[in-house]
Amino acid sequence: MNTIARSPLASPDRPNANTDVRLSVEQVSYAYSPNPSQAPIFTLEALSFQAKPGEIVAVLGPNASGKSTLLKLISGALQPLSGRIFLNNFVIHSLPTKTRAQRIALVQQESTLIFPSLVWEFVLQGRHPYGRSLRFESESDIIIAKNALAQVGALHLSDRPMDKISGGEKQRVILARALAQQPLLLLLDEPTLHLDIGAQVDLLDNLRRLAAENRYSVVVVTHELNLAGEYADQVVLMQKGKCLRVGSPAAVYQRELLEQVFQAPLSVVIAPSGRPRVTLFSNT
Amino acid sequence: MRPLTLGRLFLRCGILAIILFIVVVIALKLGAVQVSLYGLGRDLIHVLLGRSNAISTEYGMVVINIRLPRILLGIFVGAALAVAGTSFQALLRNPLADPYVLGVSSGASVGAILALIVENHLALSPAFAGLVTPVGAFLGAALTIGAVYLLGRHNGQIDSSTLLLGGIITASFLQAVINFLMSTVLGGNLRGASYWLMGDLSTPQPRSLLYVLGIGFVIAAGAIYTTAADLNLLLAGEKEAMHLGVDVRRVRIVVYLAASILTGLAVSVSGTIGYVGLLVPHVMRLVFGSDHRMLLPAAALGGAIALVIADTLARTVVAPSELPVGAVTAIVGAPLFIYLLRRRLA
Repeated sequence: MNTIARSPLASPDRPNANTDVRLSVEQVSYAYSPNPSQAPIFTLEALSFQAKPGEIVAVLGPNASGKSTLLKLISGALQPLSGRIFLNNFVIHSLPTKTRAQRIALVQQESTLIFPSLVWEFVLQGRHPYGRSLRFESESDIIIAKNALAQVGALHLSDRPMDKISGGEKQRVILARALAQQPLLLLLDEPTLHLDIGAQVDLLDNLRRLAAENRYSVVVVTHELNLAGEYADQVVLMQKGKCLRVGSPAAVYQRELLEQVFQAPLSVVIAPSGRPRVTLFSNT
Repeated sequence: MRPLTLGRLFLRCGILAIILFIVVVIALKLGAVQVSLYGLGRDLIHVLLGRSNAISTEYGMVVINIRLPRILLGIFVGAALAVAGTSFQALLRNPLADPYVLGVSSGASVGAILALIVENHLALSPAFAGLVTPVGAFLGAALTIGAVYLLGRHNGQIDSSTLLLGGIITASFLQAVINFLMSTVLGGNLRGASYWLMGDLSTPQPRSLLYVLGIGFVIAAGAIYTTAADLNLLLAGEKEAMHLGVDVRRVRIVVYLAASILTGLAVSVSGTIGYVGLLVPHVMRLVFGSDHRMLLPAAALGGAIALVIADTLARTVVAPSELPVGAVTAIVGAPLFIYLLRRRLA
C-alpha cells in the first residue's frame, strides 16, 4: 500500500526547501465576489501553516469561518488571490489535474449518485488518475482497491450497492476510495457530520492509524472541538475568514479564545494524555 | 468483485450482436412479400460475396434492395440515438435526458429544414449535397442543447427539473417553428414531411448520405467512447470528477459535440424518433450496470435492436399500410417514461 510509484516531474518549484515538510500553505488569501465589479462578500485573510508526513491538521471554526474555502484552496478547486501552496515543494495549482489527483485525495460530504454503483466499483474510481482513458483496471489496481477497503474495515461491503449501506459505512467507503488514490495529502471536509458518536470515533481512529502507517499528511475540516482536540497534531483555528491561531491543541485551546470564537460559555481541561477536553455550558 | 475486462466486454457485446443478427433475419423475413429462410440465407451470402446479380428471384430483390437498406438505416439510427441518449444522461447528470425529450431532435429538424431551403438556393455540386442536411441538423442539435443547458443552469449548478422543463418548452417552440416553415416555405410534399417529422425510416436514402451516416457514427461514437471512464466519474458531479483527475472541460466539449453529431445524423435521415435514446440506456443499465465502458457499446447494439424491432412493427402491424416508426416508439416509450419519472419521484 505504501509503495508510491510516481511519474518523474521535471524539478520542484522550490528545490532547496525543507524536505521534512510535505504541505506548506504560505500567505494564502482568497476573496469571493459574485461579479468582478462588486466588492467581495467573503474574504479569507492571508494565512500560513505547514504539515509533515503522518501529521493530522484540524481546521477548526464555526460556520462561515472560511474553513471549507481553505480546503478548496488546498485541493486546487479554487485559485488563491495571493500566496502559494506547496506539496513536496511543487505548487499544487500548477500541477496537471491528473497529477494532482495522484497526490491529493479529497473526502467530501457525501455526494448523490444518480446511478448507484457497487462499493468495489466506487473504490476503483480512486485508481482513475493512474490510468489512461480507456484502460481497464489492472490486477494491481484491484489489489490496491481491496487493500483500501480492508484498511477501513469495509471489505465485506464490496458487492453491495452504494445506496444500500449506512451513513457510517458510506463514509468509510468514500475514505477507501481516497486511499486507493495513494495520495500524499488527504483532505476531509466535515467527515463526521452525519455519523453517530461510535462511527465518528471509529472513523478518526482509522484516520490516525492510516496517517501513521501510510505517512499521509491529513487536513480535516471540522467544528467538533473535542474530536479535533483528541486526534489532531495541529489545530488551525479560524473565525470570519481569519486564522486566529496555529498550534498544538493544548496550546490553541484556551477558554477565552474558544468562548469568543464559538460564542458559547465553556471550560477547557487538559487531560493526563496532554489532550484538551472541552465542556460546553448553557447560556442561561 | 467482478471488474470489467476486455474479454467480458467482447463476450457481452457478442451476445447482443447475435441477438441483433437474429432480429435482422426475422425483420428481413417479415413483410407483405413472403420469403423462405433458405432463400434469404442464400441471397444474403450472394450479397456478402459481392455477387448481387446472382440473385435471381424477384422476391430476393425486394428483400435485399428494399428491406435490407431500411434495416441497416434502422441499425445506425437506433445506435446513434441510444449512444446520444446515454451521453446526455451522463453529461447532464439527468436520468431522464434524451435527444427527443430535451428538444435536441426538434432543433436538429429545424436545422435540417433550414439546410434544405438553403440548399435549394445554392445549387451545390452533388458531392456536397449529401452533407448539407446532416450538417444543418448537427448545427441545430448543438445550438439547442447549448440553449437547454443554459436554461437548466442555476447558480452554476444544473437543476434537473428546470432542465427537463426547459427542454420540453424548447421542443414545443421548435415544433412551432417547424410548422411555420412547413406551411410557408416547404409548401408541397406535406405528407412526406410530416412522416419525416414523426420519425420514419421508409424513405429511401441516397447512398452518399448512408456513407456520411456510417462514418459520422463511427467517429462520434468513438470519440464519446474515449471518455467512457471519465463519464463514470462525472456522474458523481463535476467537482468530484475533477478531484479524481478528470479534465471536465475537455470531456464536456467532446461529449457535447459528438452527441450533437449523432443526433444530427439520426434526425437528418429519419426525423425525430423519440424514446430510443431514453429507454435503451436504462434497460442496458439494468442488465449490465452503469459502467460506461460497457454501457456505451451495449446501448449502441441495444438501440439498433430496439429500432429494427420497432420499424418491423411499423411496417407490418397495419399492412399493407404503414405507421411512422416514431409513432411506435412513442406508444411504447411514453408510458415507460412516465413510469421512470414516477419511480424517480418515489
